[in-house]
Amino acid sequence: MKIDRGVGIVGYGAYIPMNRLRASEVKRVWGGSGTPIEEKSVVAMDEDTITIAVECARYAVKRAGIDPQEIGAVYVGTESKPYAVKPSGTVVAEAIGATPNVLAADYEFACKAGTEAFQTCIGLVSSGMMKYAMAIGADTAQGRPGDALEYTASCGGAAYIFGKKPARTLAEIEGSCSYVTDTPDFWRREHEMYPRHGNRFTGEPAYFKHVIGAAKELMGELGTEAGDYKYAVFHQPNVKFPIKAARTLGFSMDAIKPGLIVPFVGNTYSGSTPLGLAATLDIADPGDRILAVSYGSGAGSDAFSLTVQDAITNDRRLEPAVSRFVDRKRYIDYSVYSKLRGKIVK
Amino acid sequence: MSVPRYWRETKYRYRLIGQMCAQCGSVMFPRSGVCSPCGSVDLEEVKLAETGHVVTWTVVRNPPAGYMEYAPYLVALVELDDGVRVLSQLVDIEPIKMKTGMRVEAAFRRVKVDGNSGIIEYGYKFRPLIE
Repeated sequence: MKIDRGVGIVGYGAYIPMNRLRASEVKRVWGGSGTPIEEKSVVAMDEDTITIAVECARYAVKRAGIDPQEIGAVYVGTESKPYAVKPSGTVVAEAIGATPNVLAADYEFACKAGTEAFQTCIGLVSSGMMKYAMAIGADTAQGRPGDALEYTASCGGAAYIFGKKPARTLAEIEGSCSYVTDTPDFWRREHEMYPRHGNRFTGEPAYFKHVIGAAKELMGELGTEAGDYKYAVFHQPNVKFPIKAARTLGFSMDAIKPGLIVPFVGNTYSGSTPLGLAATLDIADPGDRILAVSYGSGAGSDAFSLTVQDAITNDRRLEPAVSRFVDRKRYIDYSVYSKLRGKIVK
Repeated sequence: MSVPRYWRETKYRYRLIGQMCAQCGSVMFPRSGVCSPCGSVDLEEVKLAETGHVVTWTVVRNPPAGYMEYAPYLVALVELDDGVRVLSQLVDIEPIKMKTGMRVEAAFRRVKVDGNSGIIEYGYKFRPLIE
């Protein structure tokens, strides 16, 4: 999907809760042979997907330096909505001062709900329906106690505001591509607290097929190859998968390292690719090209090709970098984690 | 808090909006129907600063109903950079690290949750400034 008219990111913001649970702590309680990451972020008792979304949305508005009344859409992509019925997007829109003339809704597509909202926003501003549109990917993910997912399922998010030229863009979107099939690698039924997954089935037929498929499709459409990109971001359910996807596509470790935050934060689900992209934008220079590819179970990938613009040099330092949130941490043990994540029956 | 009352207060609690008296210029938060210093009812909405410093603080270990799961928690008197004083919970810091005068900023948090089926009340709390 090439974009006829120049659309870009005019602002972005990130937020990661400060509690950290070491993977070794999960291993201490449940056993196991290894740990897939160092540690993961955990919400405080008074945080949820909506509070995370509001925090990163506020940073995005400040970084963009725009009047929130000019934002025509607020979409929250998540699989951990605080309400089963009551949109998160309305709370975010109200909190940033974008109401009442605004589209607001929640998107769901496992871990790629946020980037799915990216594409809607790109279409809305590209068509001229609105000046700015905001897409947020945020989650407070849960893994069943003792399950492999408990090591990695974490909390965080990032918000992006899209606008059309002549708006001052930090990064221009060159094109996007989605690769979607019906693949039952991971799911959570209604009223169930924890998801189920297909273990090794989540690899080749799910993550790699879709991530690599979307990336190849987009690069083929744009006539680009791995060497044309300074940086790349791939969905980060663990450390191994994005590294393997990068190598398969011909990207070096140097290209993915800035956005690879999963070892220290965990898998923030809908926030994963948006946070990795934000961490990359934090250090990228004007002219750098970035490939970002999300993955959502069920299953599909969204790929984006971006070129960083001159405006990023000044604007990006106005608000905290992702690294600031990665470094801001307070360690908790498994008992406090159990209280915070509602695992204790009262 | 009733759902209608929460709804009436959302804009003020979400965005830290207070009132300025058109007669004497006093700024009040939370909002009130009457200016405390001069009694005027000619009041205008005003956006308050989202950063400030801690004037004084305490630890709540025996909270009122509805706040048990958050205990122990910090409550602080925060003087915003525009001079308005706000009483608020303080988050993301341990009591042992608290210092009078420390810089803080507004955060968006759950304030109270009405069981498993009721409304989730959101609003401001304060946390150490993230720079």
